[in-house]
Amino acid sequence: MRADPAGVLTGVHYLDGDFACGEGAMAAGCRFVAGYPITPSTEVVERIARRFPRMGGTFVQMEDELASMAAVVGASWTGTKSMTVTSGPGFSLMMENIGLAVMMETPCVVVNVQRGGPSTGLPTMVGQADMMQARWGSHGDYELIALCPQSPQEAFDLTIDAFNLSEQYRVPVLVMMDECVGHMTEKVIVRPAEDIEVVPRRLTAAPRGEFQPYRVDGRPVPEFARAGDGYRFHTTGLTHDERGYPVMNAECQEKCVRRLVDKIRGSAEQIVRFEEEGTEGADIVVVCYGITARVARLAVHLARERGVKAGVLRLVVVWPFPEQRIRELARHIRAFVVPEINYGQIVLEVERCAAGQAAVVPVPHGGGGVHDPSAICQSILRAAQ
Amino acid sequence: MSRTEIRITGFGGQGVVLAGYIIGRACAIEAGRHATLIQSFGPEARGSACSATLAVCDTEVLYPYIQRPDIFVVMSGEGYERYRAELKDDGVLIYEKDLVHPTPGAPDKAPLRLREGPAGPRAYGIPSTRIAESLGRAMVQNIVMVGFFTAVTQLVSRAQMRAAVQASVPPGTEELNLKAFDAGCAFFDTTYGEAAQSPALPASG
Repeated sequence: MRADPAGVLTGVHYLDGDFACGEGAMAAGCRFVAGYPITPSTEVVERIARRFPRMGGTFVQMEDELASMAAVVGASWTGTKSMTVTSGPGFSLMMENIGLAVMMETPCVVVNVQRGGPSTGLPTMVGQADMMQARWGSHGDYELIALCPQSPQEAFDLTIDAFNLSEQYRVPVLVMMDECVGHMTEKVIVRPAEDIEVVPRRLTAAPRGEFQPYRVDGRPVPEFARAGDGYRFHTTGLTHDERGYPVMNAECQEKCVRRLVDKIRGSAEQIVRFEEEGTEGADIVVVCYGITARVARLAVHLARERGVKAGVLRLVVVWPFPEQRIRELARHIRAFVVPEINYGQIVLEVERCAAGQAAVVPVPHGGGGVHDPSAICQSILRAAQ
Repeated sequence: MSRTEIRITGFGGQGVVLAGYIIGRACAIEAGRHATLIQSFGPEARGSACSATLAVCDTEVLYPYIQRPDIFVVMSGEGYERYRAELKDDGVLIYEKDLVHPTPGAPDKAPLRLREGPAGPRAYGIPSTRIAESLGRAMVQNIVMVGFFTAVTQLVSRAQMRAAVQASVPPGTEELNLKAFDAGCAFFDTTYGEAAQSPALPASG
């Protein structure tokens, strides 16, 4: 399905990552945003709040982040594409209702413009330390999808992809930006609406009396009935059967939660996305994401100038993690080097998948700035020795 | 890979960020290069010194921050003191003449050389606030400075920068802002005359 032209600001723009993310949401068809302002994410909703009235969208500034996420879940059940935007402290407060969205299979997008933490940390400065929280922050077993843009252009493109993935898999999709990308201004090309593919909600055509909200009939994802369309159904955060009613036993838990996990795991090969540069025949592969991917590419150029066969694997989708590709590379290379603006998060996944077949070298940075490319280069050179 | 690093600084309210936005837009959109604008956030953006940086490159800008600017545009004394030491030895200083008083050759932090000679002067002053006032609105001081910047550096053509000004200022203010831009260019032409024929930037970029 093509994008609604009302939300697409076709043209060549000079935008910061936050504005570009907002434009991506509107282009994807997002028409409900609830949020609570927090640096460095506020510009996303400022942009949306200013433009929404022209396309019939609704922005609500909520009392806090718990309510913001709850409002997004509710709005999505009317069939409206919905999103919230925050940074670390607000992301923590959203965790419970992100879990609710997972359990109720509610399509929605959550943008986290990461700043330095923990707690209120560095409000105006960059961090990438919420990557494991993105994966594991809500309680219970679940799978979701997280993307990591490296530029304002990608903030636009990947926010559209986030909405599409959330509709396809009926799962919250996280856009894990960082302050640097959010606050940097670069050229952003917005394609015409007819060139932007959007995934609509898959609505049920079942007769009213027969609809069951969690019946899948062998498909990974159930059909959707909008609140207000006249279907009588129940949905809940409790473990539920196909009718959506709570069933408190291990058998139903296995069936219900297993499917929630498997609908992502079983499609992981289609969902994972990464870019490689110079990994063919490389001794060292730098695994990176977000703003750090750009700095790391510079470091790899420096290392190549010094004769090291180094390549880059940039994660575009971070969750699910590209386990298969890391395993393959581990068999052929000497070491992975993993720079990230935290004290070691995604590096743990790389280590797990490398399973001892290649060395794994973390290049931590506490936040408040990006890596010095020469520091990453030094790690590459040492790993190559 | 030729890379030009620019810092623009002044006090909050002078339109530092808009000046950076216009220059970045001219480079990235009008001239088809790559330009990454970073604006300072935090307490310094509210009241005192305010700053924006640009990395301009023919290829993708990988490292978004600047290390030592090639061009330093200063609109306040405080901004000058704060950032003067980082300007490259052969860099170009562009300053608001009435508000900034460069002190060449200060021994402790001496990158700035106000040299004259074949390469031309490396420091270019303009009374941009007074020029803006003479146009009727002190507010367009930053656009006068953008015009002067364009004439000094020739980073992009005047027509390209002019288009970026037009596209970036609030609707209804284009005429005044374009006048301010032209006044900045004109001041350079009349004051620095022959130097107008060659760009102030070193050829190596």
